[in-house]
Amino acid sequence: MQSAIEIKDLVKRYGNVTAVDGVDLTAAAGEMTGLIGPDGAGKTTLLRVLCGLIRFDSGECRLAGLDANRQTAAVRAIVGYMPQRFSLYPDLTVAENLRFFADLFEVSADERNRRLERLLKFSRLGPFSDRKASALSGGMKQKLALSCTLIHTPKVLLLDEPTTGVDPVSRREFWDILSELRGQGVSILVTTPYMDEAGRCDRVALMHKGRILLTDKPADVPKLFRNTLVEVECGDPARFAKALSGSGRFHSVQAYGDRIHVSGPEKAESLEAMIRATLAETGAGKPGRIGRIRPGIEDTFVELMAE
Amino acid sequence: MNVRRFMAVLRKEFIHILRDPRSLAVVFLWPVSMVFLYGYAITFDIREIPLGLLDQDRTAASRALARDLTASGYFRTAEILENRGDLSAGLMRGSFKAGLVIPPGYGRSSGRDGDTHVQFIVDGSNANTAQVAVNYLRMFCAVQTLAPGDAERNAGIGALPVSVQPRVWYNPDLKSSHFIVPGLVAVVMMMICVLLTSITLVRERETGTLEQILVSPIRPAELVAGKLVPYILIALLDSALVVLFSIAVFGVPFRGNAAFLLAAALVYVFCALSLGLLISGRAKSQMVAMMASQVLTFLPSLLLSGFMFPIASLPKPLRALSSFVPATYFLKIIRHVMLKGTETAALREPFLFLLAFGLVVTMAGIRQFKLRLED
Repeated sequence: MQSAIEIKDLVKRYGNVTAVDGVDLTAAAGEMTGLIGPDGAGKTTLLRVLCGLIRFDSGECRLAGLDANRQTAAVRAIVGYMPQRFSLYPDLTVAENLRFFADLFEVSADERNRRLERLLKFSRLGPFSDRKASALSGGMKQKLALSCTLIHTPKVLLLDEPTTGVDPVSRREFWDILSELRGQGVSILVTTPYMDEAGRCDRVALMHKGRILLTDKPADVPKLFRNTLVEVECGDPARFAKALSGSGRFHSVQAYGDRIHVSGPEKAESLEAMIRATLAETGAGKPGRIGRIRPGIEDTFVELMAE
Repeated sequence: MNVRRFMAVLRKEFIHILRDPRSLAVVFLWPVSMVFLYGYAITFDIREIPLGLLDQDRTAASRALARDLTASGYFRTAEILENRGDLSAGLMRGSFKAGLVIPPGYGRSSGRDGDTHVQFIVDGSNANTAQVAVNYLRMFCAVQTLAPGDAERNAGIGALPVSVQPRVWYNPDLKSSHFIVPGLVAVVMMMICVLLTSITLVRERETGTLEQILVSPIRPAELVAGKLVPYILIALLDSALVVLFSIAVFGVPFRGNAAFLLAAALVYVFCALSLGLLISGRAKSQMVAMMASQVLTFLPSLLLSGFMFPIASLPKPLRALSSFVPATYFLKIIRHVMLKGTETAALREPFLFLLAFGLVVTMAGIRQFKLRLED
C-alpha cells in the first residue's frame, strides 16, 4: 500500500535559518499522525511544504506518491490544509464560506448541496449556517475551517494546531470528528501542543529544532524513557522547579500543575534525597510527597529534548 | 480560466463590498462629495471683485464708465474714494482688491483720438485674482471702445487699427465648472478604483485567507479577474453617477457620443484596477497599499494630467511623465466628448493608449502574483 506521506532528508531554509533540517517521516494511508514539538520546531513549515505552499530546498517530499515541489496542482487536489490561524472570511456566513470553497474545488452543484448538508450535520454547525463566521465561537470556527478543508473530500488532511485556544469540550468533540474521518480512510497529519491529544493518534512524531527526534505509537513512546522519574508534590511548583533546574544536578525538571517531574539516572531513593537537599540548600521550602512514577509521552519528550 | 472559480471569487467580492459600510461609503458617497467640493471650491471664475473708485472727473462720462464696469458683474463698488491717500490706505487694509482712478478731463478726452487714460491699481498679493482682474478690465475697455450706441465713443472706433472680437467656443461663458467637473470623473475614478483594489489582495494576505485559497486549485487569472470585475461594474456605475451629477447640478453640457464615453470609461477603469492589483500584490500591509495608491494616483491625476494645469505649461520632465498618467488620456476624451462632441475617430489615439496601458499592467499584475507564500 502506498504511503500517504513520505518525507526523506527534507531541508527547508529561510535565508540563514534552517527551519526544517533533514526530516524523515512516513505515514501509511489511513493513519493519523500527531506532530508534536515546541513552538519554532518547524512544524508549520513542514506542513506548508507538504501542501506545496512553500518550496523545499533538498530531500524528498511526497503526498500519496506526488512530489510536493513539482506536482503542486495534483497535490492540492488531494490535500486538505487547515492553517493555524483562522483563515476564513469573517463577513461571510457559514454556508457562504463552505460554498465558496466548494466552488474553488469545482464540486458540482448537486454534490455540493449534499456535502454541505453532511458537513453541517457532521460538524453540528447546521443551526448556525446563516451566521457570519466572525460571530462563531472559537470551537465553532475551527469546525467550520475543518469543514471547508473537507469540502473536496481530500485523501490527506494536514491540520496545524487545530485545537489551540479551543475549550476542552469542543476539543474533545473536534477529535471525535477526526477519529471519524480516519475511520473513513482519510490520512491525517495533525500538529498539537496537547499531549492528551497525542495519545489519540496512531503514531506520534516529536519534532525539535527542525528535526524529528522519534516516531512511534503513543503507547510505545514511554518505553524509550531511560532515566528514573519522580514526582514532587509541592505548594509553589514554579519556584521549586526553578530552584531544582537551576542547580544543574538533574537531567530534566518539568512543572505540571501542582507537581514537578524530575528525572535523572540515579535510583529513586537517591534522586529523592538529592531533591530534598537541593530544596533545603536553596531555601526554596519543604516539598510534600516524593515518589517514583511511570513516565508518560511528555516526560519522554522532555527527556529526549534535554539530550 | 475556470468559470465556476471565477464566479465564486466574484460573488465573494460583492458580498465583501456590500457588507462593509466603509467600502460602501467610498464607493457611493465619496465620488458625489468630491464633485460637490471640487465643482464649487475649485473655480477660476472670480466675480464681484471689490473695487475702490476714485472719480476725479465727476462728469456724466466718468459716471457711465463706473456704472458699466460694475454692471458687468466682475466688479462691485466697495468704496467711493475722495483722494489718492484713501486709495493706498484701502488697498493696504484690504477693503478692496482693485482701485480705479478716473483722472480729471476724462469726459473731455473720451472718444477723441483714442487718447483716454484711466488708472487701474490692483492688489498683487494674490497674483491669481490680480491677473484675472486685469484681464477683465482689459476686456471691458476693449468692449467699451468698440461698444456702439454712444455717439461720442463711436467716433473712436476708427482710431483702432485692428478690431478684435473674441468668441469662445464650447464653453462660451468660460465657466470653470464645465472644465473641472468632467475632469473630476477621471480623478475620482482613478482614486477609487486603485484604492479599493489595492486593498483586496493585501487584506487576504493579512487575514490569512490567502493561505487557504492558495491550497485550492485556483489559477492566478481566475483570482485576479474575479476581483477586478466587481470593481469594474461599481466604477462604471460611479462614473455614470458623476456624469449625471455634473449635468444636473453644474449644467455641464453633454454633446458627444455616450456609448463611446462608456467604452472609454471601461478601458480607463480597467487601467486603474490593474494598477491597484499590481500595488496589492506588492504591498506588505493594507496601510502600505493605501499610501502607495494615494501617491501613485491622486497627485499625478490631479497635477500632471491637465486636470487643473495645462500640460503645455509643465516643465519638460514633468510633461514627459504626464504621458504615462492614464488620467491624461481619459481627461482628453471626456472633455472632448462632453464639451465638444468630438468625432470618436479623433480620439482613437488616447483610447488606444489607455487600452495598452491596462493590458500591460494587468499582465504584470498576474505575472507577479504568486501561488506560493514566499519565493
